[in-house]
Amino acid sequence: MSPRLLPYFLILPVTLFLFLFFLYPFVLVAQQAFNSSSGFTLNNFRDVTTHWKFPISLRNTFLLALAVVPIQLALSLLMATMVNRMKRGRDLILYVWTIPLGISDLAAGIIWLAIFEQSGFLNSMMGGLGLIDSPTNFLSYQSPVLVFVAIMLAEIWRATAIMLVILVAGIGLIPKEYYEAGEVFGASAWQRFLRITLPMLRPSLQTALVLRVILAFEVFAVVQALGGTLFPVLMGETYAYQFELLNGGAAAAIALIILGISITFTLIIMRALRVPKGATI
Amino acid sequence: MTAVATDVAAPGTDSRKAGQYVYIAGVVLLCAWVLVPLYFLLINTLSSPETVNTFPKRFVPEFDMGSLSFFAGFDGILTALKNSILVAGLTMIMSIAIGAPAGYALSRFDFWGKELFRLLILLTRAFPLPLLALPLAVMFIRAGIDDTVFGLALVHTTLAIPFAVLITFSLFSGIPMELEEAAWTLGCTRLTAFTKVILPLVLPGITASAIFAFVISWNEVFAAAVLTIENRTLTAFLLQNLDTSPLHLKFAGGFILVVPALIFIFAVRKYLFAMWGIANR
Repeated sequence: MSPRLLPYFLILPVTLFLFLFFLYPFVLVAQQAFNSSSGFTLNNFRDVTTHWKFPISLRNTFLLALAVVPIQLALSLLMATMVNRMKRGRDLILYVWTIPLGISDLAAGIIWLAIFEQSGFLNSMMGGLGLIDSPTNFLSYQSPVLVFVAIMLAEIWRATAIMLVILVAGIGLIPKEYYEAGEVFGASAWQRFLRITLPMLRPSLQTALVLRVILAFEVFAVVQALGGTLFPVLMGETYAYQFELLNGGAAAAIALIILGISITFTLIIMRALRVPKGATI
Repeated sequence: MTAVATDVAAPGTDSRKAGQYVYIAGVVLLCAWVLVPLYFLLINTLSSPETVNTFPKRFVPEFDMGSLSFFAGFDGILTALKNSILVAGLTMIMSIAIGAPAGYALSRFDFWGKELFRLLILLTRAFPLPLLALPLAVMFIRAGIDDTVFGLALVHTTLAIPFAVLITFSLFSGIPMELEEAAWTLGCTRLTAFTKVILPLVLPGITASAIFAFVISWNEVFAAAVLTIENRTLTAFLLQNLDTSPLHLKFAGGFILVVPALIFIFAVRKYLFAMWGIANR
């Protein structure tokens, strides 16, 4: 085969695959959401958004993202700088810290259920310390704040690793000379972090935040395992429409809303953290 | 503060020493944050069903196989486990077979539309992909592959392909073009140069990215729950029975979900960073 055609031949399978299973389904989901037996309709959107659960699940999804992502950003930056100056045991510590990367959100929810359920380890610990006499049910409708905290902790536990990996890789690309120069001119460690690490890390921060924020709006299994119906989120509503109410049009409508939110936030993050043209390491 | 102290091998002053201790304490604390919840899950899994449901809990496992044998005997769970393995295996094969050629094309050729192709790949990461399971459910019914292992594997491959392409791209980019050219001058064709020289060098990395694809599929919950009814995967099965299943079944199931992930992340740890480092810009 001629060298000019070979690359096209090699990328053809992926391109076909993504057109069929990535781009085309977007058309389908829009069709599903806007179509009815009598042509174009906004009924699905009206039904979905006027349902009493919609504002609650929208608020919950945003609150969770707002509570979780900044903490994860700070935590992953801290962990990445800690790893970066590590001399011995770096590989082992990194392995331990990235373990949650391989753990499914459902499993993460179940893991934190072991801690928060009524006969769970948090109750046992508090009982052992003599703080309580009988176990309390943390995950009930009477304590919505605790349900939220449990889900938040599970999300932070599970999904900080993905940001850590990206940031550690990004920090590794920053030339050591910059830090040496900073030290020569008397910059403190904090100043070096602010003036060298953070600006140079911008592309990685962008990637990490985009990935993480999209995952945050997709939150589903962790919530199902810990809160069930106590803490409705958008993705859970999609699932409920599809399965319990067997309303594919409504499910597609919520899916489009989630999609819209994700795209909006991706664009905001890309814009806020854009790398100036020509400024590369 | 802490940062300055840790840069020096032999801390001189007290404040440096204190900083060193804070640093080490931080690392230990963060390791505990990751490991302790996993340990709790282990205790629950290795306890009898009665112990799992009693209060207070002991903080050492009693090494009783009751929960695990209950899990193995639960109706339908072994089929679900088999389905999970099948789907993940298929995903692994398809994403590498389709993705690796594209990764090679990106690393070796300059061709018209290359940037557009890269954009298509990167675009997939800016969307909540599991949502596409909704329209695909309709499409699969028409195609007659609804509720099959193969249909779900197609969706999981869509999730895994961007990673497969980017990882293999960075792997092939790490091998000097000159090596391939030398093989050509020594009488290899493009194909034999690839199979005899390049492939042995990238095989460990390809294996790692295959394992990564396996884990992505193994952990996926939403699409699996939407697309399978009779042939549920383990995650879908556990999710659907969250309301009704007893605690010991959930914990044993969570444990079975976690174990392969632990091993896999250990196996790919060497490549985790290299692949992100190049892949994220």
